[in-house]
Amino acid sequence: MRCAAPAALMALMALAVGACGDDDAGGSEAPAGKGRMILATTTSTQDSGLLDELVPRFQDQSGCSVKTVAVGSGEALELGEKGDADVLLVHSPEAEQEFMDGGHGVSRDAVMHNDFIVVGPAEDPANIKGAGSAAEAFTRIAKREAPFASRADESGTHTKELSIWEAAGIEPAGSWYIETGQGMGETLTIAGQKRAYTLSDRGTFLATDNLDLDLLVDGGSDLLNPYHVIVVEGEGVNRECAQAFADWITSPETQEEIGRFGTAEYGEPLFFPDAKG
Amino acid sequence: MDAVHEVLGRSALVSLTATAIAVAIGVPAGTWLALAHRRGRGALATVVNTGMAVPTVVVGLVVALLLWRSGPLGELELIYTLRGMIIAQVLIAAPLITGITMAGLQALPPELPDQLRALGANRVQLVVRLWIEARVPLLAAAMAGFGHAVSEVGSATIVGGNIHGQTQVMTTSIVENVGKGDFDEALVYAGILLALAFTINAVLTSVQQRAAAWAQS
Repeated sequence: MRCAAPAALMALMALAVGACGDDDAGGSEAPAGKGRMILATTTSTQDSGLLDELVPRFQDQSGCSVKTVAVGSGEALELGEKGDADVLLVHSPEAEQEFMDGGHGVSRDAVMHNDFIVVGPAEDPANIKGAGSAAEAFTRIAKREAPFASRADESGTHTKELSIWEAAGIEPAGSWYIETGQGMGETLTIAGQKRAYTLSDRGTFLATDNLDLDLLVDGGSDLLNPYHVIVVEGEGVNRECAQAFADWITSPETQEEIGRFGTAEYGEPLFFPDAKG
Repeated sequence: MDAVHEVLGRSALVSLTATAIAVAIGVPAGTWLALAHRRGRGALATVVNTGMAVPTVVVGLVVALLLWRSGPLGELELIYTLRGMIIAQVLIAAPLITGITMAGLQALPPELPDQLRALGANRVQLVVRLWIEARVPLLAAAMAGFGHAVSEVGSATIVGGNIHGQTQVMTTSIVENVGKGDFDEALVYAGILLALAFTINAVLTSVQQRAAAWAQS
């Protein structure tokens, strides 16, 4: 199908998804400034509120209109691979490397990290408080067969959880291992209600209200959670805006802002800037 | 992820149970509303009709607030269980069944109740006779209730929690697969869910149409 049609017709055609082969992610509405782009990111960044703070500022400065889609890292990478997103902000280092090796990305830069924590009921039936690493905490949980809520959604956090089980040499299974298949906020709520342990990123744990859970283990080297920004390679990608976003989020000013984010509300930063500048 | 047949069985169990309970509540309630005196009926009918339009996530939220450990019914430990999901789906399906029952009975000839009373029917006989007369819309009410219950995802997620091996149902599996970017798997589940709805409605429709044919003869 040829796409050389008047602008009004283009808008109509864009409604029929993929009508023109390559799905132009920015074609369905009148462009604002330099056009629209889709930022695919993870539920954990969205839930923390960081993007609500950053994205409007980027839009003002760049003239790019950003549509943020918060999904699991798995889906974010999938969207990128299909060219349905222009830029990704994700935290699944191994899957990201595969994505880059597959030639789907133009560039991949470190943005920030936060850390994972192990949370659970205040009674701590498996006595994990004081465990030096996540693997040690998981071993104690499995030995006790204490309830553990897994996101089981192939998200970055889930991938991280699986790698910790692997490091601990345990294949979690049984009625104590609760698989929710949902986002971090929902899984934390379920863990709280079921008196279960779970692995969470610190930001979502701090940002989720009404939780009946205590922070039990943090600081282990196996609990770091690095985020990268990836500019997607592909036809129809709004490269200009995607690159502008990658440059902007790794710029010294934005990095400083990321390091400040959350201190006012939670008394501690949620993310630690990582860009080299 | 659970095996498809487990998830399918769970969806059918939860929604059919919920529909049965909702019919047991909604048909008598709708009958009462249809036969009640005019004055009180208007307001109650509005409540029922509103209930037919309440989003399922709202029902899910309210049920979850009641069932959460911190909630007033927390001690029953029904949150994230199939029974909790059934409660939510009963609340979703019952207004629909009540409303359609009421409309179905009101569509009968208005002089029918008086005629039956004149023939010496007592209250039970009267109601049973009316239900037989209105069996086609009553079956439609059950079908609508089931269709609404089996297709809803809002309360199933909030109250059920989509816990694998325990409370995962077809609709929550679809949402989960979309979240993972596994659109193929999601489509498979969607197709099976459609087949389930089609099968159950085909059975009910054939009963309904046979009843309708008998009514005409």
